[in-house]
Amino acid sequence: MSEGTIKKFLYLNRKAPYGTIYALESLEVVLIGAAFDQDVSLAFVDDGVFQLTKNQNTKGIEMKGFSLVYNALGDYGITKLYVEKESLEERGLTLDDLQDVVYEDENDDYAEKKSILLVSRAEMGQMMETQNVVLSF
Amino acid sequence: MILHTVNKSPFERNALVSCLGHAQAGSSVLMIEDGVYGAIAGSQVADVVNNSLATVKIYVLEPDLAARGIAKEKLISGVQLIDYAGFVDLAADNTTVQAWL
Repeated sequence: MSEGTIKKFLYLNRKAPYGTIYALESLEVVLIGAAFDQDVSLAFVDDGVFQLTKNQNTKGIEMKGFSLVYNALGDYGITKLYVEKESLEERGLTLDDLQDVVYEDENDDYAEKKSILLVSRAEMGQMMETQNVVLSF
Repeated sequence: MILHTVNKSPFERNALVSCLGHAQAGSSVLMIEDGVYGAIAGSQVADVVNNSLATVKIYVLEPDLAARGIAKEKLISGVQLIDYAGFVDLAADNTTVQAWL
């Protein structure tokens, strides 16, 4: 990409964490991509919404937990986490079951703001149309 | 009797629904790994699980639930929590273990 061009990157997450490697791999690529100062959004659709549940404790399954990393994404300038309402409902979940992901807005005296944007399936589809690059996990 | 194990999310594969459709009365079904999502109350598959509870014993592996942040309060009532030792007991108490991958 030419210098100074900012593209809109969407990371599309559709898999539950831990059962497969997709969720962790997505997070790794998001963190690498953050170094390129692009306009990054994350979408959580279908089983992808399970990635954001609160109180994940992986001690019992002896795997590395990575759910707390989502809350650090704001420090890398990633502040848009779109979560699909219908995907939550189909799985018996509400926004209350997800962790509070926040960031400090440097353009607003570092006020703490929510990163999670709850959107409908229709709105998610429209948001996807505005992206330049979509990376699927 | 058979101990059936299901390790896939019921929202991505039909393993759980197929398993429950085949499980005979008195048999046991154990949800493990991503299969534990099938134990959440109010989901798209909760009715199928609820109906099966009339004839089949349904268990969910607690460490897999905890890893995924699914609180016990969110589970379908009648689904029983077990730990790894309970998994071993179930395997020993049944004649075969059948995995629904």
